[in-house]
Amino acid sequence: MTPYFMPFWALLTRDLRLSVREGGGAALALGFFALVATLVPLGVGSDLMLLAKVGGGVLWVAAVLAALLSLDRLFQADYEDGSLDLITLSPLSLEGAAAAKITAHWLSTGLPLTLLSPVLSVLFGLSGPATLALALSLAIGTPAVSAVGAIGASLTLSLRRGGLILPLIVLPLLVPAVIFGAGMVVAVQTGLANGALGLLAAFSLAATLLSPFVAAMAVRLNLAG
Amino acid sequence: MFDWLFRYANPARFMSLSGTLLPWLWGAAVLSLLAGLYMGFSAPPDYQQGRTVLILFIHVPAAIMATNVYACIVVASLFSLVNRHILADVAARTAAPLGAAFTLLALVTGSLWGRPMWGTWWEWDPRLVSTLVMFFLYLGYSALWGAIEDETKAARICAVLALVGAVNIPIIKFSVEWWNSLHQGESIMSGNLAGPFLWPWLVMQLFYMLLFVCLWLMRIRTAILERRVRNLMQASP
Amino acid sequence: MNFDMSPYGAFIWPAYIVSALALGGLTVWTILCWRAVKAKLAALEKK
Repeated sequence: MTPYFMPFWALLTRDLRLSVREGGGAALALGFFALVATLVPLGVGSDLMLLAKVGGGVLWVAAVLAALLSLDRLFQADYEDGSLDLITLSPLSLEGAAAAKITAHWLSTGLPLTLLSPVLSVLFGLSGPATLALALSLAIGTPAVSAVGAIGASLTLSLRRGGLILPLIVLPLLVPAVIFGAGMVVAVQTGLANGALGLLAAFSLAATLLSPFVAAMAVRLNLAG
Repeated sequence: MFDWLFRYANPARFMSLSGTLLPWLWGAAVLSLLAGLYMGFSAPPDYQQGRTVLILFIHVPAAIMATNVYACIVVASLFSLVNRHILADVAARTAAPLGAAFTLLALVTGSLWGRPMWGTWWEWDPRLVSTLVMFFLYLGYSALWGAIEDETKAARICAVLALVGAVNIPIIKFSVEWWNSLHQGESIMSGNLAGPFLWPWLVMQLFYMLLFVCLWLMRIRTAILERRVRNLMQASP
Repeated sequence: MNFDMSPYGAFIWPAYIVSALALGGLTVWTILCWRAVKAKLAALEKK
């Protein structure tokens, strides 16, 4: 495992460093998340009862969209400057590289979004337990967003205008995550256990385990052309 | 087992076989359409639904074709990835607009059926929502095909997308049904076609299938000829 | 054949018309593309 760990760690830290820079996605995702959370009440009205009812779902959708913003560059940036070819030459397998990139993406978008969510839950008047449920659901579910998003990113990496097709491909695949994630908040709000947590965890686990293999296959197909 | 299939992988053989089959298929399609319409309009009004059951004769077949065509795309995608079959690439690409059209028809006719039945143009019923999501999957698939310039590369990449979608569709359907039970209770939409409505529906279903096969074969044939045109144009500058 | 649709006619007929237009349109489009490529091929092969 040791020969694989160093390249994995190197790739992960490199991606993290890139994402924190100006053109990177970390700050953008947080800003977008907060902005959407601000816009929705402006569009829907200030009735906190209503906002609390929809808050879980709205914040989940906002988080997914925010995480999506930096996805199109996940593989494309490396593809364009040749780094992707170098990555295929490293002792780390392409699947391992994909896993490193997905992890870096989650650490730079999913995790910060999860940590910001309690603040935004206040804007929607979510109760304490609901806020906790939302944060937990995001913690469990955002890895799936990064994983499924990486599949879309790997499929579209050679497209100049791929950024427009990426959401179209990825969002339908993320429907279960949104449903189960928001479902966790609903469970706490209605007091009825509905199994959302288990379902979300299963979906996330499956997505994160399978996605590096699919993404690697797509990268290979793109590089072969 | 698939030897016979690969024998027709040869474009020339495919052209000749499909060429002889098509007139018969078209004829069967027209016959089934006329028979289906006659049977449908002759059927008595339903006890609960009145004459709106007529819409089900064109809604259910469209919805069924929406998923069937996707299944065809998935199979073609498998052949495309595993066997690198030229015809498989073409088959997958040409089926997509047809599937998207069926899906859209299912949504529109479903809405027109829902308005007199439930009083609303749209209902967040799991079946309608799954169909809507499937429509987006079709759009994404076709968009990806159009965006990648190299045809072979596009075929492989879209094949991966189709397979990922295929794995996801049961999960999406399950999650939507789960979501529906969470917010609304049992599904109200029961497309149960029994008794005097079974046969009209089956015949219309047959029509939809035959029409799809005819259109699909024709589009594959067109694509094969388009390849020949391109080759000829490249050969003689 | 019974064409009395009351009172749902306003929904049934549009459904059938939309379906006819969509499926008919697809058929026409498919046939036109086929004819076009056949003509182009014939023209090229004549050269």
